[in-house]
Amino acid sequence: MNDFLNQIRLVADWLTSPAQWHGDEGIPARLLEHLTYSGLSLLCAALIGLSAGLLVGHTGRGAFAVASVANLARAIPTFGLVVLVVTLAGLSTVPVLLALVALAVPPILINTFEGVRGVDPATRDAARGVGMTEWEVLARVEVPMALPLILLGLRVAAIQVVATATVAAYPGLGGLGRFIVDGLARNDYELVIGGSAVVVALALVVQAAFTALGRAVVSPGLRVSAPKS
Amino acid sequence: MIRFDAVSKKYPNGTTAVDGVTVELAEGAITILVGPSGCGKTTTLRMINRMVEPTAGTVSLRGRDIREIDAPELRRGIGYVIQHAGLFPHRTVLDNIATVPLLLGWGRKKARARAAELLERVGLPAEMAKRYPNQLSGGQQQRVGVARALGADPPVLLMDEPFSAVDPVVRAELQTEFARLQKELHKTIVFVTHDIDEAIRLGDRIAVFRDGGRLAQFDTPERLLADPADDFVAGFVGQDRGIRRLSFVRAAGLPLRDGPVLPVTSPVAAARALDEPWVLVVDDARRPLGWTPVADLPVSGTLADAALVPLGHTFSLAGDSARAALDSALLSPARLAVGVDADGAVVGVADAHELTAGAAPTDRADVAGSRTSGAGSRTEAAGSPVAADSAGGDR
Repeated sequence: MNDFLNQIRLVADWLTSPAQWHGDEGIPARLLEHLTYSGLSLLCAALIGLSAGLLVGHTGRGAFAVASVANLARAIPTFGLVVLVVTLAGLSTVPVLLALVALAVPPILINTFEGVRGVDPATRDAARGVGMTEWEVLARVEVPMALPLILLGLRVAAIQVVATATVAAYPGLGGLGRFIVDGLARNDYELVIGGSAVVVALALVVQAAFTALGRAVVSPGLRVSAPKS
Repeated sequence: MIRFDAVSKKYPNGTTAVDGVTVELAEGAITILVGPSGCGKTTTLRMINRMVEPTAGTVSLRGRDIREIDAPELRRGIGYVIQHAGLFPHRTVLDNIATVPLLLGWGRKKARARAAELLERVGLPAEMAKRYPNQLSGGQQQRVGVARALGADPPVLLMDEPFSAVDPVVRAELQTEFARLQKELHKTIVFVTHDIDEAIRLGDRIAVFRDGGRLAQFDTPERLLADPADDFVAGFVGQDRGIRRLSFVRAAGLPLRDGPVLPVTSPVAAARALDEPWVLVVDDARRPLGWTPVADLPVSGTLADAALVPLGHTFSLAGDSARAALDSALLSPARLAVGVDADGAVVGVADAHELTAGAAPTDRADVAGSRTSGAGSRTEAAGSPVAADSAGGDR
């Protein structure tokens, strides 16, 4: 018990020590690196996952392909992918980003696709019937109605990416994973636990940000089920 | 106005949804497409706004082949109402109604002003504007659906079973309001239903479809009831078509006789002198008070002392149909219908035989007074136990 409390004090000391908050190897610098990797991969994954999900969901063509690709991609071990790409392509940022993109695409793709496909056919029929073009059907009806699921996919992807971006440290890159990898190498557990705590906090912030985003952009009409008047 | 020229729709799997339909739908009138399910009526409707493309023949709108018109552009000029309203759940009621004006680029302010006007027009209170569709009852959603279709004031309105998803009481209410709205708007309306009663109630012209997407008869409701083209149509319009047909005969022309009518001040002896089982007692303005059985009259005094049996109901010569008159006869304790004028004064009476003989001299159907199946009048749905159970869905 004393050991545990001791550990907590040591970690707290580490987190609050002024040295951790300055310079190239301080928490802010690592956090910025971490956010850069995560943000870039999430952006790429969103471009791929959203466009493919919207296209397939709207047209209904290629639904089976989407499911297969997404399931296959889910089965790929991120760490293995990083090692493989580094071995093949050498040490650089790109392999790490590729691995993170591969991790983030499936939840975005599947949720976007399901969200669009799940729009009531009668609503889609009405949208065409009042004179919307295919683009207008997608942009004015299908996307707003699929938004809760689209945001869910993005949130799952973002949290996975933020948590997994720590693997960037293995091939010698920066980010919050640096603390964990270095700490393990040096048997410096304050460093490992302190680094992990920052990653967990970041994941919670991401979660909160998406909840707030959902409140702001999802139509109340899709949430309320108020009593009929 | 809307013309179908040898229009067919065959699907690749070999089924024929619509088979060689040629018909012309009049401007400013309600044309009803009716038939059993799978008869191609909805497909026919959807070919007018190119939601379905025919495989043969042409559909033209005001003389123009609709294939020459870009589909979204064509549809923005044609109102479209579907069964479950198909409202956009993520948009407020007001923005749902403003959909087409917004697509046409009216600008948000003008589109919303128009939508607010339409909300009122379909009989919904202004405070509903900010609600979302899932906060409305089925009947209210359907009204919003009609308002949305009227958004850009299109000359043509397509309605695909618009009232079939609501309970009978609300349906009757929506039908009444729809008929009122059409009196103000004079749209060219094509209306699909599987309900022959709805067709006869609302239609100026009725197109009856049969299985295989063929047109069985295209006629006015009255002609359809009086002279069905074949056994299929006769069966479809129903066994009681003779009674329903009476809805199209005005009560004003019915033969009435003076009958056993006496003022309430008459002595009892005068009633006995008529030698009738029942006497209709009227006040000094000849307004009916009730029937009295002569056998139960007091020995002396005036008819004011007599026990009166309620009338059932009277029919108005000015506004009612022969069907209401017949109903009045069937419900009357004396088996006599009481016809009144615009002031409610008794004009005369007639029994069911006299009424049906006067109303339908050429009708082949048996509409003898003993037949009671159609006696519930046009609002029969409202009186049934089913209707009572499911009532109250709207507001």
